[in-house]
Order: sequence, then structure tokens, then C-alpha cells
Amino acid sequence: MRHLLSIADLGRVGIEGVLRLTDSFVEVSARRIPKVPALRGKTVATVFYEDSTRTRVSFETAAKRLSADTMTVTVGTSSVNKGESLRDTAETLDAMGVDALVVRHASAGVPFQVANWVEASVVNAGDGWHEHPTQALLDCYTISERLGTLQDKRIAIVGDIKHSRVARSNVLAFSLLGAEVTLVGPKTLLPPNLERWPVEVSSDLDAVLPKVDVAYLLRLQSERQTEALIPSLREYTATYGLTRDRARLLRDEAIVMHAGPMNRGVELAPEVADSDVSVITRQVANGVAVRMAVLYLLLSGDGEAPIDGG
Amino acid sequence: MAERERRVTPPYGGVFVPRSQVLDADGVGRALVRIAHEVLERNSGVDDLVVVGLQTGGVPLAERLADELERIEGSEVPVGTLDVAFYRDDIGLRPVLPEAATEIPVDLGGRTVVLVDDVLFTGRTVRAALDALTDFGRPRAVQLAVMVDRGHRELPIRPDYVGKNLPTRRDEVVDVSLDGVHIGELVKR
Repeated sequence: MRHLLSIADLGRVGIEGVLRLTDSFVEVSARRIPKVPALRGKTVATVFYEDSTRTRVSFETAAKRLSADTMTVTVGTSSVNKGESLRDTAETLDAMGVDALVVRHASAGVPFQVANWVEASVVNAGDGWHEHPTQALLDCYTISERLGTLQDKRIAIVGDIKHSRVARSNVLAFSLLGAEVTLVGPKTLLPPNLERWPVEVSSDLDAVLPKVDVAYLLRLQSERQTEALIPSLREYTATYGLTRDRARLLRDEAIVMHAGPMNRGVELAPEVADSDVSVITRQVANGVAVRMAVLYLLLSGDGEAPIDGG
Repeated sequence: MAERERRVTPPYGGVFVPRSQVLDADGVGRALVRIAHEVLERNSGVDDLVVVGLQTGGVPLAERLADELERIEGSEVPVGTLDVAFYRDDIGLRPVLPEAATEIPVDLGGRTVVLVDDVLFTGRTVRAALDALTDFGRPRAVQLAVMVDRGHRELPIRPDYVGKNLPTRRDEVVDVSLDGVHIGELVKR
């Protein structure tokens, strides 16, 4: 494995390989000294053309726990402000001998393009509305941690599917691992051509919730309201928010997930987010371990590390 | 004995085909009993002792050794497991993936660790294990027990307790389990 650009690159076997390796890094993260020398001498640069706290810090923590050196390139402080092109930035970092570029960009496909230009390994940390593969991997890990497996589990992904890279990567990953996915949201926030997706579609959250093992809430991007895709935040919450009352429809063993950053009180009620059914903090903790596994697979060995573990 | 899959033994991947038996199951058992007595003699009992088996070959031996120590002394000895994949110096030369779980049940600070492995060869696994152990505390001492010392050391490392000294050629493969010790070859599939 040289790059991680899309969940589709991994396939079922690849995802399972990453999840198995993640077990070891969860153990490392729980140690008194949560650091191993595995990637000593490697350099990981996070190149973010879009705001992010948790993903960037998560990748940097992961790299540091593997003893790699990290560099942070953010648009605000880099030569991008002087008009440097994406390609020049990538090639400059590559020429400095950076081993991995973790790339986030508002346009779909940018990490794919960067991968064509550089020798370094490229990790897609979110490209436009397209994909966010490490989020999907940490979500899969968190679900199997709580429910044992994803096989035959029912998962509802609720909210703004259309503009969500998290939803795209998760639909791919969840269905590759055998889960049944239902998308729930207003028609204006569902993407076109859904018939080609391996999912069910519903606009009735109350009917879906009692049947699912996982309720996955997506962030309602507030800028969508100005685009008149939803009538008002209050109406959105009334119809598609996981309110305290609605959370009672969930089965006892069901879990609630959110990729963050969440709008408390919009898509998810604070009482639900902070209750036992929520695994949101597990998602964040597992995110570091999953990204350690991804960086380790990309940067250890000659890129020929067998993904099937063993 | 049955052919065993060996994924991590050089030349990395293949099926172990035994040529001759060096110890049988009883022989391995007797060696472990002797090592248990040696450990007790050296450490004057089992106080502050922790037995740590290296994944994967050292783990069943470590459990048996701890059982023997308990049987002789009558008090419990904590057993841990250690996978050294992330500490190896050949990351980058070949795929190094962890094989099994690391589980250290107690803080190692101030304790005496008996590190157990099946075969001592180049010494590089033990070097990695010593690095790994320090991340779990500062042991008072680390002692090394191996079922087979086959020579060909590449680092200044020597065992404290040895089941069997076994002169070998570099290209031979030694297989150790509780069922016995065998010498043979690795056949690529």
C-alpha cells in the first residue's frame, strides 16, 4: 500500500487488515509511555487547505507516537498566500524528503492529483464532498469495538448526506464489511444517483431508529441554511435531529455516533451526546490508533507490507 | 509432528518441515522444570518476579515456566506477553507486523523480569524486547530464558537460562513448542 486515497483502494480485506493492526496501537496508546520507535527518521507533513482541529491533531499525535517527525503546513501561514500553486507546494515538500503528505482540500480529487506528483505517500484527510477514509476506518473500528462486528448490523446515517465526505467513505466501508446502511435525510440533502449506492433511503427517522444498531449523525453545515436547502434549523432539528425524546426509540444496545464537530442541539441533543449510548469520545480516541496503523502500513517497510496482517 | 506455518522466521514465510527431533515433549518439560529451579535459586524465590513471553514462540513456554514456579514456591507469578514488532531494527527491510497482543499485567518498575523466548539466534529480537520493556517501567533486572540457544549472535547478548545448546547452520530452522524441539528447513510455498 503506497497511498490511502479512498476506502475503495482497501477493499474488505484491506479494511480488516487495518483494523487488526489498530488493536496493537490501541494497546500502545494505553501504555504509560504511549510511544514506539517504529517510524524513527520518517517525516510526516500535514497539508491542510481547509480548517480542521481534530483530524490534523489526530494525525500529528499518531505520527509522534510512532516517533516520526511532523510538520504542519496550513494555508494561513504558508506560501500559498503568496500564490504558490498546489503542485509547487507538494513538490517542495517532496524535495525536502517528506515521507508522507496528509492532505485535506476543499476540492474533490486533490489528494489523488498530489499522489501523481510526489514520491511521498499521500493520505487523504478529506477532499471536498468526496472521501475521508481514515474517518471511515475509525468508525468501523469503534463499531466493532462496541458491537463485535459490522456484519449484518443495521446502520442509519442521518442528515446532510449530499455534502458529506464522511457519509461517502462510511457507506463504502460499512457495506464492504457487511452492514446494512440506511440513509435518512431531507430530499434536498440527499445526493442524486442514489440508486447506484448500496443503501436504503428513508425520510422518516422515527420509523428507522427502532430498527438500527447504530445511529450515525452528520453535522448540519450551517451554510446550507443560507442555500435554502432546509427551511430552518429548528424545523431540521424537529424532523431529523436526535432529540432526547427520539433517542428513546433506540434499542437498548444501540449506539450513537458523530464525526464531529457537532452542533449541539441541532443534529444531536447534548443530553444524548453525553449519555452512555454515545461513543463519540471513543471515536476520537480510536482515531489516533487507526491513523497510527495507516501511517505504519504506509511508511514501514518498502511499501510492500502485506495488509492481511499476520 | 505436524508441519507448521512459519511466517516470521527467516527467510520469512513458508512451511517448516522437520528433519530431526532434538527434544521430545518430556524433554521440553524437564528443561522447564530445571530452568524454574535455576530462576528460584538465582532470585531466592519469586518475590517481585514477572515472567514475560515473547510473541509468539515464547508465550506458551512462559506460561509453563510460571506454572512450574508457582508449583514449587506456592505463590502466584504474574505472566505477560510482549510483541516487539514496533521496536525491531529491520522495519524498512521487510514487512514487520505485530503477530499478537502485548499484555504486561503489572508495572515493571523495581521488578525482576524473566524474558522467555523459544530460540535465541541473532539476538535482535531480544534487543528489541529490552527496548520495549523500558516503556513499561524500569525493571530492577532483566534475565533471559530460552529453550534453545542456536548460536550465530550478531549482538552482545547472552541467555541466563538455556534449555538446550544446539549448534546449527545458519540456514537451518529450529522449531520449538511444548511438543518438542525440531531441526529442519523452511519450504517456500
